[in-house]
Amino acid sequence: MDPDKELLLRLAQTDPSGLGREEREHLALLSRQVLEQPLIMVNSTTSGMVAGAGETWRAVEHYLEERNIGAEIRETGSIGLLSEEPVLSVQLPGRTRLFFRRVTADRVPALLDDIFHMVIPAELVIGQLPGNRQETWSDIRNLDNIPFFALQSRIVLEHCGIIDPFSLAEYVGRGGYSAFLSVIRRYTFSEVCNLVIRSGLRGRSGGGFPTGLKWKTAADTPSDQKYLICNAEESDPGAFTDRYLMEGNPFQLLEGIAIAAYAIGSNRAYIYIRSELKDSVKRIDHAIRELRNFGLLGDNILDSGYNLQISLRKGPGAFVCGEETALIASLEGRRGMPAPKPPYPTATGYLGRPTVVNNVETLSNLPGIIRKGPDWFRSIGQKDCPGTKIFSISGRSRITGLVEVPMGTTFDVIVNKITGGVERGRELKAVHVGGPLGYMIPPALMDLEITYENLKKHQLGMGSGGILVLDDRTCVVNMVRYFTAYVDKQSCGKCIPCREGTRRMAEVMERICSRPADEPDQSALDRFRGVLEMESLSGVMKDTSLCGLGQNAPNPVMSSLKYFREEYEAHVFDRVCPSNICTQLRSWFIDVDLCTGCSICAKRCPAEAIIGTPRHPYFIVQEKCIGCGICYEVCKFSAVYYK
Amino acid sequence: MPAHPDRIGDIIARFPHVRRNSLIPLLQAVQDELGYISEEAIVRIGSHLSLPSSKVYGLATFYNQFTFSPGGKYHITVCNGSACHLDGAGRLVEEIKKILDIGDGETTRDRLFSLEVQSCLGACGQSPVMAINGTYFSGITVKRLREIINQYLEDGSR
Amino acid sequence: MGIRLEVNGREIIAEKGETILSALSRHGMHVPTICNLKELSPTGACRMCVVEVEGLENLVPACSFPVEGELKIKTHSSRVLRARKTNVELLLSNHPDDCLYCERNLSCELQSLAEHLHIRERRIPGKKRSGGIDRTSPAIVLDPAKCILCGRCVRVCGEIMATSTLDFAGRGNELKISTSLAKTLDESNCTACGQCLNVCPTGALTENIQFPGLEPHLSDPKALVMVQYTPAVAVSLGELLGYRPGTDLGKTIPVLLRRLGFDFVVESSLGADVMIMEQAAIFQERKGQEKPYPLITSSCPAWVQFCEMNFPELLPFLSPLRSPAQITGILMKERFAGQLMHGKKRVISVLVTSCTAAKREAKSGEMTPQGIPVIDFVLTTRELAKMIRLSGLDLEKLQSGETEAPVMIHGYAGKLTAAAGGEAECLTRSIYRQETGSEMDPSKLQRFRIHKSYREATVKTGKGSLRIGAVNGLAEAVRLLEEIRAGRTQLDLLEVMACPDGCINGGGQPLRAREQTLRARTKAIFDLDNGAEIRTAHHNPDVNRLYKDYLGQSGGETSRSLFQTAFTGRKDN
Repeated sequence: MDPDKELLLRLAQTDPSGLGREEREHLALLSRQVLEQPLIMVNSTTSGMVAGAGETWRAVEHYLEERNIGAEIRETGSIGLLSEEPVLSVQLPGRTRLFFRRVTADRVPALLDDIFHMVIPAELVIGQLPGNRQETWSDIRNLDNIPFFALQSRIVLEHCGIIDPFSLAEYVGRGGYSAFLSVIRRYTFSEVCNLVIRSGLRGRSGGGFPTGLKWKTAADTPSDQKYLICNAEESDPGAFTDRYLMEGNPFQLLEGIAIAAYAIGSNRAYIYIRSELKDSVKRIDHAIRELRNFGLLGDNILDSGYNLQISLRKGPGAFVCGEETALIASLEGRRGMPAPKPPYPTATGYLGRPTVVNNVETLSNLPGIIRKGPDWFRSIGQKDCPGTKIFSISGRSRITGLVEVPMGTTFDVIVNKITGGVERGRELKAVHVGGPLGYMIPPALMDLEITYENLKKHQLGMGSGGILVLDDRTCVVNMVRYFTAYVDKQSCGKCIPCREGTRRMAEVMERICSRPADEPDQSALDRFRGVLEMESLSGVMKDTSLCGLGQNAPNPVMSSLKYFREEYEAHVFDRVCPSNICTQLRSWFIDVDLCTGCSICAKRCPAEAIIGTPRHPYFIVQEKCIGCGICYEVCKFSAVYYK
Repeated sequence: MPAHPDRIGDIIARFPHVRRNSLIPLLQAVQDELGYISEEAIVRIGSHLSLPSSKVYGLATFYNQFTFSPGGKYHITVCNGSACHLDGAGRLVEEIKKILDIGDGETTRDRLFSLEVQSCLGACGQSPVMAINGTYFSGITVKRLREIINQYLEDGSR
Repeated sequence: MGIRLEVNGREIIAEKGETILSALSRHGMHVPTICNLKELSPTGACRMCVVEVEGLENLVPACSFPVEGELKIKTHSSRVLRARKTNVELLLSNHPDDCLYCERNLSCELQSLAEHLHIRERRIPGKKRSGGIDRTSPAIVLDPAKCILCGRCVRVCGEIMATSTLDFAGRGNELKISTSLAKTLDESNCTACGQCLNVCPTGALTENIQFPGLEPHLSDPKALVMVQYTPAVAVSLGELLGYRPGTDLGKTIPVLLRRLGFDFVVESSLGADVMIMEQAAIFQERKGQEKPYPLITSSCPAWVQFCEMNFPELLPFLSPLRSPAQITGILMKERFAGQLMHGKKRVISVLVTSCTAAKREAKSGEMTPQGIPVIDFVLTTRELAKMIRLSGLDLEKLQSGETEAPVMIHGYAGKLTAAAGGEAECLTRSIYRQETGSEMDPSKLQRFRIHKSYREATVKTGKGSLRIGAVNGLAEAVRLLEEIRAGRTQLDLLEVMACPDGCINGGGQPLRAREQTLRARTKAIFDLDNGAEIRTAHHNPDVNRLYKDYLGQSGGETSRSLFQTAFTGRKDN
C-alpha cells in the first residue's frame, strides 16, 4: 500500500487529533493498526538470516502461494531476542500481533496452519503486542509482561522488529517525521540546540559528552560549511546496538540526523557505516532514496528554505575509525589515523570545517525527544544522566539480545532479570562491558547503577554497550588475552604507546596462556616480568596514547588484574587454568585402562611427547607436552583426559 | 589479442570528480567488481585523482576491506566476535587453517577457498558463526566444520 | 596580548593559538621530540613531547596542543619522565640491539634519547619487527627493522619534495614505511634526493656507503685515482670535523685528498663553469623561439629524474646538458687522464658531493656509456669525513704545514651553483656578456640572494631584458611550474634545485642541519664569490684553455657530443 506523497506529508505534519475521520483511517492502515489482510513479518536482519530467516521467508511464500492465501509478507527488524531467531510475527485483521520464536522453515506450515485455524502453538509463541482497535488473544501473555520486555524501557527500540524498515509510510504512520517537520517549521537552529541541551541527552558512544553542548560549539564556530556525521562504524565484537537500530528503524536514525544537522546549521550530513554491515547499508541506502523521493531530503525541504543532503559512506573496515578524527580522515580519503585533540572536530573537522560526529544511538534518540519534549526525556533514567541505554548482551547468558533500560539500571537487573542470567547450575563469574576496550566487572559490582559517573567512580565505563556474560566455565584471563590480541591487530600504529604497547600486552597475555615446548629459563622470567610490568605499562598507555583506542586498550587488563588477580596468579605461578579453558595449560594423561595401544596419539603428537609400545598403554611425558590436546581429539577410545 | 573490456576504466569513469574523498568509494567499487585491488587499479586511480600511487597503496593497505589478490571460489568468513570466541571460534579458525593450509586473508593455491576472520557478524545468539559465500552456518562444531568444507571441496572439484 | 603560562613554577608568555612546544622553545625550555620537525606538519604521533597540564586527565603532546587560555604546565615531572622513558623503552623493545654496527652509531636520535632518559636495562621484552633491508638503490638503503615509524621521511618526501615515494603501509604492528606496491627503492619513483635520510632519526634510512670499496684502488700503484669535489662539500665538511658551520675548507680539501691517496684533484665547479658556457650558448640558440616555458636548468639529477617522471611534457625545455659533476667526470677521463697516466694501467674517477642523487646518476645507463661509468665512485660529504677520521689526518697541521702542491684544476663562478639561485646568477653573468659584450656588475643581482624557496629578477641587457627565476624544493617547483603553465609567471630562464636551499642542503650533507647552519653554508658560498678575483665562467683560465686546446667553440661539435644528453619521459613509474 503506497499512499500518495501529499497525503503522507499531510499526515506527518498534522497533530493526529486534528485529522478528519478518513485521514485517521488512513493513518491506522499505514501504521498497520488496522489490516485488510493477514500480515506476516520475518526478521530479516543478520541475526535472523544466520538462523535461517531466508528459508523461513521462502517457506512462508510457498505456503501462501500453494494455498492461495491472500496475505502480506514483510521484512522487519529484530525485537532484540537474538537467541530466539528466526523470529516471525503474524497479525490477523482485527487481532493483536503475535510473535513466535525459532520459526525455521520446517516449522512454517504447521505454524501457519495453526494460526489460520486460530490455534496458537504454545511452545513457539513469545507473546502478543497489544494495539488499538485490536482484539487480544486470550491466554497469551502481552510482550510487556514477559521478563525480557517487562523491565525494559524501549523508547529508541520501540518500533524495531515491529515495523517494516523499508516503508517510510509505516514510519510516518507511527508518528515519524513529525519531529523533523516541526523543527524546520517552528524552531531556529539554536532553539533546537537548547532543547537538546535541556533534555540532558549525552553521547551514547561511551564518553557521555552532552550532545547539545557539542552541537553548540560547532554551531557557534563561524564557517561557510558545517558537517554532521553519523558514526556507524560499530566494529566492537559483541556490540550490535547500532546495527539493529539501523536495520530495524532506519528512518528514525535519518530523522535524527536531519534534526542534528539542522541544529548545527549544516546542509551536509554523512553516515559512515562499516561496509561489513551489509544489511544496514542496504536499509539506510533505501531509506535515503525514499526520503529524497518524498522531498524530505534535498533542496528547500517542504518549502521551509532548509536544504539537506545525507550521503552514505561505507567504512572500509578499521576498528580505529570509530574514533571521530580517524573517521573524518577516512571520509576525506586518507588512512584512518586519528589526529590529536584539540583542535576538536567541532572547530576543525571534515575538510577543515566545524563537524559534529554523533553515534547511531544518540541520533536515534532525537525524534522522540523533540516529539515528546525534553521534560519527558528527563523523566526517564537519572537526573544527571537521563534517558535510556541500549546494551547488547551476549555470551553465557540465557538470552542473547538487545536490551534498552533506563540509565541507572543495575547490571543485576540486565543480566540476571532481563536476559535470564547464566544457565541453571552455573555461576556468574564476570560481565565484560564495552568490548575490546571495555572492563571486566566482578559479580560483587552487579548492583552498581549504570551511569557514566557511577562507572567512572569505579574506573569503569560502558563503552559501546556490549555486555559479555561469563560463567564459571569461562576463563577471564583467556578472554582478556582475546581482547588484547584483537586490539593489537586494530591499533592504527601511529603513536608509540598504542602501537608498541598493545603488542607487548598481547604478547604477555599470550605467554601467560601458553606453554612453550621446552621453556627456557629466560621465557619463564619474561612471563613473570611481563605481568609485573603490565600495570605500569598500562598506566603510560592510558596517559600518553593519542586516541581513545590506545588510552582504553589497557582497560580489560587493568580491570581484570584488579578483580580477578587470583586467576592470573594461577596461570602465571601454578601454570594452570582454573576453568580449564587455556588448553595449553592443561595436563594431559592417558588412562591405562582405556588405552588399547593403537599408537595413533603418539603418531600425531607434534611434540613427540607420547611414548609406548604398540598394543600396550601409552604414556605422556609431561615435560615434553605442549598441551595442544591433539591426542585427546584423535583418541578413538576416550583414553586421553586432562586435569 | 582479443579486446579486453576496460573494467577499471569504466569504474573510474563513474567518478568524474578529481576529489580525494572519492578515493575510498573508487577502491570499494574496484574491490566489489574485480574482487581485489590490482596494481593497475592503484596506478590508474592515483593518476585519475592526481594522487601519488604510494598514497593510494598506503590507504588500501590500511583497511580490511581491500585485498591485493583475487579471493577463492568459496570465500569463508568466520566470525571471531567475543561470543563466538567463547564458543570456540578460535578452534574453528585453526582447523580451517590446518585443513586448507591458508592464513587469514589468504587464498588456497587452487583458488578454491579463501579465509577471512571478521570481528563480529552480529549474530551473537547463534555462536559460533561462519559463512561461505554468504550462506550462514551457525552453532558449528569442529566436526560439522569438516563436513561443510568437505562438501564444498567435493562441489568445487566437480 | 600574550597568555600567561606557568611552566614548572616559572611564568612565561605565550601567544594565543601557538602550540605549547613553540612557546616553550621560544623561552629556551627543551622537551624531547621525535616526530616533530619545524618545517613539517605536526602529527602528534610520537608522544615524546608530552607534558602535564593541570586539570587535564591525560598528558598532552606539546607539539600539537594550542594555547587558548592560561595553563599550568609541568614539563619534567616524574609522571612525565616515566611516560617518556616507557615510550622509549617500548621503541627499544622493538629495535635491533646492534648500535655498535649501525651506520648511525653516535648520530642516532633514539640512541641519545635512551641515553638522556638513562635507560639501563631492557625492561620490556618482546618479539621484534622483521623485514628485509632494501639495498637496491645505489643511493639509499632502507632498513625497516630500525624504523621507529616517526613519519618524518614520509612528510619530507611528500610535503617538501612532492615525490611521495614513501608512505605508511599496513596498520598497527604491521605498519611500515613502504614504496607504492611495496616495490624496491630502485624500481620506485625515488629521485634519490636523500632528504629522507637527512631527517631519519635512526639508521632506518642511510646512504649506500661506497668509500670502503675505494680503499684498494687508492693503495694500488697501477691505478690513477682522480677525484673531484663539489663546492657544497667545501663549505660543510668542516661541520663534521669540529669547525663552525660555514667554514670553507676549499683550500685544505685538495691537500687532504692527496694525502688520502688520490692522484689528481679537480674542483667540480670546473664542470659547472663549462656547463655555464654551454648553457649560455644553448640560450643563444633557443632565443626567439616561440615557447610557453623558459629554458630550465638540468644540473640537478634529482630534478631531472622528477621531471622525466612527472612532467615529460617539459623535457624539451630542459637544457640538454649533463650535470656539472658528470661534465667534470667526462673531462677527467677523456682529457686529463691521458695526460697523467705515466704508465698507470687503470683510471678510477671519484666524486665527493653533497648529493645522494649523484650516486644514482653515476649508475644510470645514460652515464655509463658501454657499461663504463664516467664516475666510478660517488662519496658524500659524510663519507669523506669518515675517510678522514679513519686516516687519522690532523686538519690543523695540514693547513699550516702542507707544502706539497696538489695537482689542481679550478672552477670559479661555478662554485655559486652550490647555493640556491647561484646557477641562475652566474649563468646570467655569462648571458649578459653574450648579449651586451660588456661585463655585468654582479651586485645587480644582490637581491636575488634572499633566503627564499623562489626568487625572481629581471636584468636589463642593453635593449632587451632577461627574466630569471630560481626555485628550490620540488614541491615549490611543482607550484611554480603550475604558475608558468597557467601563464601567470613568465621567465626566460629557470633554475630548479630539488633540495630546499640547493646543493648545500643535499642528501649527503651533515645530518639534520638547522636553518642557521643552512644560512651559514649559503653565506660561505656567496662570500667565496664576493671575494673572488674571477667571477665569471668565461674568464676562468682553466676553462678557456680547455676550449682553446680541446673543446673548440662553446656549443660546438665536440662539446655537444661530450656534454649533451637526451632525457626520456617515464611516466609509468
